[in-house]
Amino acid sequence: MTELATYNFAYLDEQTKRMIRRAILKAIAIPGYQVPFASREMPMPYGWGTGGVQVTAAVIGPKDTLKVIDQGADDTTNAVSIRAFFQKTANVRVTTRTAEATIIQTRHRIPEAALQTGQILVYQVPIPEPLRFLEPRETETRKMHALEEYGLMHVKLYEDIARHGHIATTYAYPVKVEGRYVMDPSPTPKFDNPKMHNSPALQLFGAGREKRIYAIPPYTEVVSLDFEDHPFEIQTFSQPCALCGAKGSYLDEVILDDKGGSMFVCSDTDFCEVRQEKGHRGHLAANPAEAAE
Amino acid sequence: MSDLPLLKVNALSKFYGSRIGCQNVTFELWPGEVLAIVGESGSGKTTLLNCLATRLAPSAGSVEYRMRDSQFRDLYRLSEAERRFLMRTDWGFVHQNPADGLRMTVSAGANVGERLMAVGDRHYGKIRATATDWLGRVEIAEDRIDDQPRAFSGGMRQRLQIARNLVTNPRLVFMDEPTGGLDVSVQARLLDLLRGLVSDLGLAAIVVTHDLAVARLLSHRMMVMKDGHIVETGLTDRVLDDPQAPYTQLLVSSILQV
Repeated sequence: MTELATYNFAYLDEQTKRMIRRAILKAIAIPGYQVPFASREMPMPYGWGTGGVQVTAAVIGPKDTLKVIDQGADDTTNAVSIRAFFQKTANVRVTTRTAEATIIQTRHRIPEAALQTGQILVYQVPIPEPLRFLEPRETETRKMHALEEYGLMHVKLYEDIARHGHIATTYAYPVKVEGRYVMDPSPTPKFDNPKMHNSPALQLFGAGREKRIYAIPPYTEVVSLDFEDHPFEIQTFSQPCALCGAKGSYLDEVILDDKGGSMFVCSDTDFCEVRQEKGHRGHLAANPAEAAE
Repeated sequence: MSDLPLLKVNALSKFYGSRIGCQNVTFELWPGEVLAIVGESGSGKTTLLNCLATRLAPSAGSVEYRMRDSQFRDLYRLSEAERRFLMRTDWGFVHQNPADGLRMTVSAGANVGERLMAVGDRHYGKIRATATDWLGRVEIAEDRIDDQPRAFSGGMRQRLQIARNLVTNPRLVFMDEPTGGLDVSVQARLLDLLRGLVSDLGLAAIVVTHDLAVARLLSHRMMVMKDGHIVETGLTDRVLDDPQAPYTQLLVSSILQV
């Protein structure tokens, strides 16, 4: 090798990783609590996952296998560039298979395949404070967390029902962790909220611009907030995935033409591909015999 | 009225550096009693009110409050959690400017329901029914329940603020110039409403006002303040009809007669 300058393993220097690991340990010790940390400048703009990248850099080791998803997909810009970043700076194995990964960095989705013990799910978080849009003062929201004053969170849900007739919050749906802290699960669809409950995987949340880290340890109670007469519900889809025919997975709408045509496909590309390999076919899937020609 | 006071204030003082906010204020407030604090601008009325309502730490003296279990507790020895709980359940605070006491960006129904949700109410239908009931009691039409307070007139906002404070059936309400900034006919309606609510619910209230007519209409007893000191205290009608202190005589005689 004739490189003049090289990166430290996983880009960040060891002191920084140590600082982030201390924040992560504290976050795991107090599930749902937002731990402040000295977020670093990363070689990417804020909003692209600087928090998630720092958390991943602090926990990744040479033997890890990394998967990065953006809205469930392994092949979008954000996912591809972060995966390439760690290939280059840490030289770790990368994969798109959920089951093979030891660390999964995600933006806005939890994989459809059930996570296993030993896996770490790292979320990129834009706004960690669930009370932010109701209470702009940071001093006040901290006090509200400290004193467990969460009535305001229900004011937001009340407003939803008053305006729309049902709880219209579909993403960043507030949850209560282990009966104590109310937490913003980052902009994941509420479809994924039940997957956080009692998950065997460790879930870490990093917000780079807001300089906060929080965590859900394995097998932790995560309850979505609701009203007795308007219970929490996840999204349902009227049709199966157009490519793999899956029912009960989270679907994205894909525009097909300029005449209003569209199809619904699994947002989790790995889940969809694995199903297609196993021979599941949706109504718009390519015929494998024709594709081979 | 009970034979035990609700609030005991002993030698309360607040200094801003060497300047006096209020000094050596001692009084007791009984359940169901409305006390007016009157005086000119800068006489320390609002400072005193804020010290009583734990919004401003006093420099000396004590404020004791009889909790629902009949135990007197020093408000400044309560933990912050207890104090904040007290403020949103057993107390109300009506600001002069309704925007200070309301959440302007959420609907009227949510404004009234916030305290209910804060104490653990989790049934949307019941919260909404209670909010509807309270809007009716403060004379706001039922079909305005989903409108934001910013779409309300000044008088409606003030009435909404009152409903928001009274929904948890508090025992003590602090009011800082509740009719300030409202025109005369709206003031009259609001005072009428307040008087009805206070007597129906048996509320104790401390009302700060510079308007002697407000004190006359609402309060049973009044305290006159001047330069941070209480110069005279007594039954409202007695103080206004037969003022003893020279300053009170000046104050009463300076009311414009129409």
